[in-house]
Amino acid sequence: MSYIRKPAVRHPSLQPNKLGLTVRDYEGAMSTLCAGCGHDSITAAIIRTFYEMDIPPHRVAKLSGIGCSSKTPTYFISGAHGFNSAHGRMAAIASGANAANRDLCYIGVSGDGDSLSIGLGHLCHAIRRNLHMLYIIENNGVYGLTKGQFSASTDIGSKSKKGEVNTMPPIDPVLVAISQGASFVARGFSGDKEQLVPLLKTGLHHKGFALVDVISPCVTFNDHEGSTKSYVHTRKHALPLLESDFVPMAEEITISYPEGEARTVRLHDGSTVRFRKVAKDYDPTDRKAVLAYLEEQQLSGEIPTGLLFIDEEAVEMHEEAKTVDGPLTDVPFSDLCPGSAALEKLMSAYR
Amino acid sequence: MTSEQKPEVRINDFAFKLANVNGTGSASANGLLMQAIFRMGIPVSGKNLFPSNIQGLPTWYEVRVNKLGRTARTSEYDLMVMMNAETYAADIREVRSGGYILYDSTWPLNKALEREGVHFIGVPLARMCAETFADPRERTLMKNIIYVGVLAALLHIDMDVVKGMLEEKFKKKPALMQSNQKAIWLGYDYAIKNLEHPLPFRLEKMDATKDCILIDGNTATALGAVYAGATVAGWYPITPSTSVLDAFKVFCERYRVDKETGKKKFCIIQAEDELGAVGMVIGAGWAGARAFTSTSGPGISLMSELVGLAYYAEIPAVIVDVQRVGPSTGMPTRTQQGDIMMCAYNSHGDTKHICLYPANPEECFAFSVKSFDLAERFQTPVFMLTDLDIGMNDWVVPRFKWDDNYKPDRGRVLTREEIEALPVYYRYSPADELGVAARTLPGTHPKGAFFTRGSGHNKLGGYTEVPAQYMEVVDRLAEKHRASRDHVPAPIIEKRPGSTFGVLTVGGCDLACREALALLEEQGYKGDFCRVRGFPFNEEVETFLEEHSQVIVVEQNRDAQLRALLVLETRCPKEKLQSILAYGGFPLQASQVVDGVRAKVRLNKKEG
Repeated sequence: MSYIRKPAVRHPSLQPNKLGLTVRDYEGAMSTLCAGCGHDSITAAIIRTFYEMDIPPHRVAKLSGIGCSSKTPTYFISGAHGFNSAHGRMAAIASGANAANRDLCYIGVSGDGDSLSIGLGHLCHAIRRNLHMLYIIENNGVYGLTKGQFSASTDIGSKSKKGEVNTMPPIDPVLVAISQGASFVARGFSGDKEQLVPLLKTGLHHKGFALVDVISPCVTFNDHEGSTKSYVHTRKHALPLLESDFVPMAEEITISYPEGEARTVRLHDGSTVRFRKVAKDYDPTDRKAVLAYLEEQQLSGEIPTGLLFIDEEAVEMHEEAKTVDGPLTDVPFSDLCPGSAALEKLMSAYR
Repeated sequence: MTSEQKPEVRINDFAFKLANVNGTGSASANGLLMQAIFRMGIPVSGKNLFPSNIQGLPTWYEVRVNKLGRTARTSEYDLMVMMNAETYAADIREVRSGGYILYDSTWPLNKALEREGVHFIGVPLARMCAETFADPRERTLMKNIIYVGVLAALLHIDMDVVKGMLEEKFKKKPALMQSNQKAIWLGYDYAIKNLEHPLPFRLEKMDATKDCILIDGNTATALGAVYAGATVAGWYPITPSTSVLDAFKVFCERYRVDKETGKKKFCIIQAEDELGAVGMVIGAGWAGARAFTSTSGPGISLMSELVGLAYYAEIPAVIVDVQRVGPSTGMPTRTQQGDIMMCAYNSHGDTKHICLYPANPEECFAFSVKSFDLAERFQTPVFMLTDLDIGMNDWVVPRFKWDDNYKPDRGRVLTREEIEALPVYYRYSPADELGVAARTLPGTHPKGAFFTRGSGHNKLGGYTEVPAQYMEVVDRLAEKHRASRDHVPAPIIEKRPGSTFGVLTVGGCDLACREALALLEEQGYKGDFCRVRGFPFNEEVETFLEEHSQVIVVEQNRDAQLRALLVLETRCPKEKLQSILAYGGFPLQASQVVDGVRAKVRLNKKEG
């Protein structure tokens, strides 16, 4: 837990972004999580992502469920509209909010209990809908607030702090998402911000549901020897498949990449994501191959990280529903209410 | 069998029941009958008593015709149309003594089924069909149309009206039109030629439905949501509420699609479950849209969790509950008012909600609009409770009217400029005289951002675990709920001079109770009538309770839920309140109220 509140004054060395805001303007309240919690590192990555992407804070809707992870929206972008909802229900609430106002930038933060147990149904259906949002699972394989129960993402053979061994197979959010037809699936590690920030950036630019599963060790209940979600275990077994970099549309021409090593995927808004393959022949656009590869890695105990799957052709919820281009909340009442003449006419159909 | 005495002729005052097999096309034939009577200008009601099944099980349709507009359900059938051999025995038992039974005489009726004191009318429907139509499906369907023709002759249904209806219905399907016309005349001519006609109870044209429509409550509810400007609906299919969303979609497709771009000014999401559905409504309400869901009791059970969130975080949401028989799955195709308590106090912790109780489709339309105004004015979930009878049956009600001056009451929502002018914004302070604080919509202005939470919060919206700060907020929520009592629809009160008791009821009990009070008056029992239309109860309800030393609460559930709510939420001592409860799943009948009142009210003719 951090005890020192940062001073409100701005250090002159802080660089403003295009909106004239510094990284401090993307921070939130002081974290009340345990010192060393992986979630705080993810919060820092989120702050950096939004700052560097020049997103106006008040145009951000940050939502969460319940649990340690779901507390974190308080700790970033205090100028954003926040909604700390109910356990597991964030995806449903975000669906409605997005239905009403598609122009906001939606980020959801959830945990493995929130997303893989109580809210698994909502998650799967938000994926099916291809809801346009960045959905982060801060995955620590344990229930923290209730003091150390196994979660649905606990691996077989992983030990609890009390020494109990989990025997049930885990629900892997990455495999679930890809098999559900998710259009963007990535995995990061809270200890690797350099990898995580580009993943979050790309996810925000992805048109549709961008799921980022972030292994985020729980220092209090799941960071011991025998746990497969500890810092030590994750560092040892993390297997980066691709090194990706997000390239905004305007900057694309100015950055040069060595030929041959990289491949790019163009996002719907013209920006691109560039990959450098770390694993041989890994193609994040080949769903069938990706699924087979990830299943194989899961059995071997390795933790593949990076942008694992992307499909920029997928149709997002509003496109599917053919709703108006702007927010429904902006449609004037006169366009919504058919009026008395139409009603009178309609009434003759009920004679 | 004929009865000895010549029966008296009754005009526009009778009831008949049609016993069918579901999935055989009987519904449209029965609807045709009811519509024809409606178009003849006669008050009529139709009750579809159907099974939770798609094909093959017994299903019934009841029609009551009453010139005085007393069209609550009655089980005093003058005529039974038996189209399902499986239920012959029960159907024959149900006809009133001296009544008539129409059956398919293609096959002889089992002698054991014969009953004294009723008239059997045999029409060889199956044989007529087989002789006329070649296609097996057509033979099944047209049997229904033939009995409509027979009934037209027996009951004096205007054949010009029927002809006109068929022409409208099959305008674009000439082949179907031809077979329907053929079938209907086949039945009609057979009856004219072979049967004693008309029956002693029959129809005569009236002028009582000219300014009326024939509509079901779910359609009316959906239309209300369209007129209120609802743009987002999250829902999960469930009987008997599904047709609300079906109708909403149809109306939106008709009125809300941009002619040039083809883009839609609405978003309907079929959710993964009712929790998801109400979550979407809450999310959309938070983001500033008028949003609603429609469900039934089992759905409300699931929604309870998030209803508490919307209540505590003060987010507008409209939830329509088309009640069916519980508990559990209960009887999905039967009607009840079993969710009164569940909705009033829905969710864990201290929660109280605004509830509206329409009695018919006309009120469904009006209250549906009202629900959105209340939800936004009070920034809270609003329940509108209808039931299967109101929602799925066709009712004769006055044409809906719309005032083009209507402005949606969006409640206290700060504009960009208003936020800009504030030194600082807090979500839950300051509150106005209704206990409502101004809200901001996401994305409006940097200064308007706030953190919505279902966890303990203080009046500034910040997280708290401090008792006094927590209590300050929930106390205001209680005040807010109290303040809404003068904004929910007022009760309908009808008084009789010299009355000695009151009948208080809710929703779909309306017609049966008013008919019962009229009948009771003829028997010397004079009672006043009060139908509550909203919760919290307002002063008019309190006054009605105070004015009567005996109040009989009529409702359709086992546990006297409305009575319990009155005991909890009014000043009325509970001894004063007695109950008449009908909870078998069929719509309430006047006779049930008459019998109940007679058993409870001491007759004092001198006073009366």
